Amino acid sequence: MDIDLITNILYATVRTGTPLILVALGEMVCEKSGVLNLGQEGMLLMGAVVGFMAAVTTGSLFVAVLLAIVAGILMSLLFGFLSITLVSNQVATGLALTIFGAGLSAFLGSSYVGVGITGIEPMSIPLLSEIPIIGKIFFQQDPLVYLSFILFGLVFWIFKSSQIGLKIRAVGENPEAANAMGINVHKVRYLAVIFGGAMTGLAGGYLSLAYTPLWAEGMSAGRGWIALALVVFASWKAERIMLGAYLFGAFSIMHLVMQGLGFEVAPNLLAMLPYIATIVVLVLLSSDHMKTKLSAPMSLGVPYRPQV
Amino acid sequence: MFNVSLKLEKRPSDSQTMSFLSPLLAILLTLICGGILFALLGHDPLEALYTFFISPLSDAYGWAELGIKVAPLLLCATGLMMCFKAKIWNIGAEGQFIMGGLGGSWAALQFMDASSSWVLVPIMLTGMASGLAWAAITAYLKTHFKANEILTTIMLNYIAVNALLWAVHGPLKDPQGFNFPESALFVDTTLLPLINEDYRLNISIFFGLFAVVAVWTLMSRTWVGYQIQVLGEDAKAARYAGFKENQLTWFALLTCGALAGLAGVSEVTGPIGQLIPSISPGYGYAAIIVVFLGRMNPIGLVFASMLLALTYMGGEMVQMEMALPKSLTGLFQGMLLFFLLACDLLISYRVVLVKKMLDKKVSPSATVDAA
Amino acid sequence: MNTLKTTTGNKMKSLKTLVTALTLSATVMAQAADNVKVGFVYVGPTGDAGWTYSHDEARKYVVDQLGDKVETSYVESVAEGADAERVIRNLAAKGHDLIFTTSFGYMNPTLKVAKRFPKVKFEHATGYKQSKNVGTYMARAYQARYLTGLVAGKMTKSNVIGYVASFPIPEVIRGINAFTKGVREVNPDATVKVVWVSTWYDPAKEREAAETLILQKADVLTQHTDSAAVIQTAEAKGKYAIGYHSDMSAYGSTAHLTSAVHDWRPIYLAKTKAVLNDNWTKEDLWYGIKEGVTDIAPLNDAIPADVKAMVLAKKAALKAGTIRVFDGPVKDQSGAIKVKKGASLNDGDLKGFGWYVEGVEGKLPKS
Repeated sequence: MDIDLITNILYATVRTGTPLILVALGEMVCEKSGVLNLGQEGMLLMGAVVGFMAAVTTGSLFVAVLLAIVAGILMSLLFGFLSITLVSNQVATGLALTIFGAGLSAFLGSSYVGVGITGIEPMSIPLLSEIPIIGKIFFQQDPLVYLSFILFGLVFWIFKSSQIGLKIRAVGENPEAANAMGINVHKVRYLAVIFGGAMTGLAGGYLSLAYTPLWAEGMSAGRGWIALALVVFASWKAERIMLGAYLFGAFSIMHLVMQGLGFEVAPNLLAMLPYIATIVVLVLLSSDHMKTKLSAPMSLGVPYRPQV
Repeated sequence: MFNVSLKLEKRPSDSQTMSFLSPLLAILLTLICGGILFALLGHDPLEALYTFFISPLSDAYGWAELGIKVAPLLLCATGLMMCFKAKIWNIGAEGQFIMGGLGGSWAALQFMDASSSWVLVPIMLTGMASGLAWAAITAYLKTHFKANEILTTIMLNYIAVNALLWAVHGPLKDPQGFNFPESALFVDTTLLPLINEDYRLNISIFFGLFAVVAVWTLMSRTWVGYQIQVLGEDAKAARYAGFKENQLTWFALLTCGALAGLAGVSEVTGPIGQLIPSISPGYGYAAIIVVFLGRMNPIGLVFASMLLALTYMGGEMVQMEMALPKSLTGLFQGMLLFFLLACDLLISYRVVLVKKMLDKKVSPSATVDAA
Repeated sequence: MNTLKTTTGNKMKSLKTLVTALTLSATVMAQAADNVKVGFVYVGPTGDAGWTYSHDEARKYVVDQLGDKVETSYVESVAEGADAERVIRNLAAKGHDLIFTTSFGYMNPTLKVAKRFPKVKFEHATGYKQSKNVGTYMARAYQARYLTGLVAGKMTKSNVIGYVASFPIPEVIRGINAFTKGVREVNPDATVKVVWVSTWYDPAKEREAAETLILQKADVLTQHTDSAAVIQTAEAKGKYAIGYHSDMSAYGSTAHLTSAVHDWRPIYLAKTKAVLNDNWTKEDLWYGIKEGVTDIAPLNDAIPADVKAMVLAKKAALKAGTIRVFDGPVKDQSGAIKVKKGASLNDGDLKGFGWYVEGVEGKLPKS
């Protein structure tokens, strides 16, 4: 294993982790407001198919990314309407959204299978990309990866030191009290849900426009679920999401690299690596009991209706 | 002059009538919307709806098939019901199912020379034990390390999938099977007894029905069940009252693991008859939907299982009979679920028409004077 | 009395025979003239541009060729497992005369249903069990693999060729071996590195595997997975790639050298016609280049003309039967000669392929 190989593995890790980060950050904001949206797979696929269709139709990758985001927003609005306004059970509604989104995306995309496009190309950042090793890993990526860094910064800042973050957290911890303080609980939740949808739509667009520029049914292959798990892994902290996503990504790559290096472990066992690693790291991180328990928003998953 | 708007008003107590009416309303709405959807795509809406909902059950075979799909859903949903009542978010029924099938298959393959069906007892028990052991990992991590079960169960699901692949490609592969990743076919004595020779329905449906009754009785009539409910509703109160949260967590998770494991071993010793790379079309996840659709009560769980099973079968039918694309069935299923969940609102809330006077310039005294 | 009974008995017997004969001939005539309902069970979506896509293209061809003599229906993404049996059974129960089950995992469900529906004919793809009304069929994709191996061997500069593989089942191993044999024949210094992704279909994972192989110096890639991600990766990284299932040049016109493709049309048409004409028999078909079921996609112009000529000549030879892919000498990884010069592997050996030929790097996974 030389330094070059390691650098390249980490480069691939950042790419692999990007869709996970985007979805997880979005879902984190959503969950911080108390809403549990299990519909990530469906929204991811919708973002991917709409983005791809737009790219093929308009020829503009920029428009495609925008429309992918819009698709995610629309799907999340559907979820929001059902679970916030109509107070439906969030777990079941999210699962229904996954089924719905998978079906709708397959339906819309059926005539786009077998179509190839030039995807989003890597764009080196001048100067920063010259830095040895780090430059290659972080600054020779494509624009959406850079966007993920920015969005991470945004979400981190929101919850570290902003009014919005406080409001979202208040709503998530105790919606009745937040309402009493004059916060419009529904509005905050809707915005959080929409943010989650936008992020997931973007992630879907990343898959079909940058990572593997094609459309194929079910191409997200479970990444929505991994991202959901990562939010929990991260104890609802943005920086831990980065850690978790890259950790998972790294081990996914290692599953493949180790084979090439001659490790004679059965491939099906090697494929378990990322999942085992995530559990192990979670256990190690959870040794601080109190902090972990308090991290889950108290009202997560509980529908709320203001007492009129 | 007047601003009329619809407002949702909480009912003083849940409406019993709406409990029955809301699913019917939901189905009606789905039929209408689904009909429109099918019509827009150029298919006869009535035919499509008939093919989706009625066709699968138009013969005895269809009912038998419904039964063998209901059994695993019911078993998993029953276990999940207990976990969810305790607010233990066990997303791992899928992995527990798979491990049950894996362990049970190993056991079945030990009895290739068995001459009596009593070997099914150790086989079933092995399956249950495997599912239970898998859930035990989650319980251990939760009670000893406060590791959140949503994460651990999702990860364990994937690990289970890979364990199954490893087993069928490796140790449990049929040596006479031309290196196909499948186990040998189980012998007759290691297969679950059929209820009727002509159909695939076997005794697993009884496992399911028995489980839902047993667990519900446990939840509603025993001390353990009571503790679990309190733990779910108010963890602080439960601790204050001295309930042992850890023990209850273990109990709920192990029960669910055992039931999901039983579903898994029933699947491999039932309709499949061997171990293959994929033994669950997502029963563990679908069961989660069943729990909430069924509102966590036994009758609801049975009906919700039946409905969900029917939608899978209906999806196959419309493809076969009407050349409707498969993607449409996912759409339709999602839509049905949306309506069911939305209409449930009407059980706890009332839709009320509210009139508000817009004209604020008229003062009360002026009105009185005018009158 | 006895004589009377016997005479009446005989008369009854003759009457019965006459009626039976008339009915039979009427049925035969009716069957030969009637139309045929053909059902298809797919393991993936028709839009996968891969395995299922190739089967559905053949189905459409049959409809095209036979017009209103044939009616087809299909069910997509049928999970292998308990559901498969129900789908197959319902197709049989709903009047289909011929049913194609297009994945190896459908083998036992197909046999079970076939027992209950003796009048329906079943064709199972890639299986190894037949019965009175169940035939099997498979494509000699390994012939195309061999030809693409020749191309890869000639086009590689780094002498490392990457293979993104799904699961270590005989079909995949056969493909790897045939490919590697082709590579080594024209380039004894090249090696083939295999990465197992443990899935048939996950574009992102396939891409990651392709990138891993490129990291390990591979400059020509190929795959036994279902999406075009490998081709795309090669295109993006300036390497070459060889596709599988269908012509994947749309995904990377510079990178795509050729693909090993299937064409199920000859089999589907022949079997449908057989049922139409009531002369279907159970067979264990293994068709290849000769019968038009296996082929390679058009060769990229980046390939030098002499290489193209060589490959096409080999293809013609395979077609004519003058050479066979695994003609000896064939050595395994340890250098031991498994097939002597002048001999060749027979179909039985090929079906249960459980070892690697020389030139493949790494140990064959046993699980």
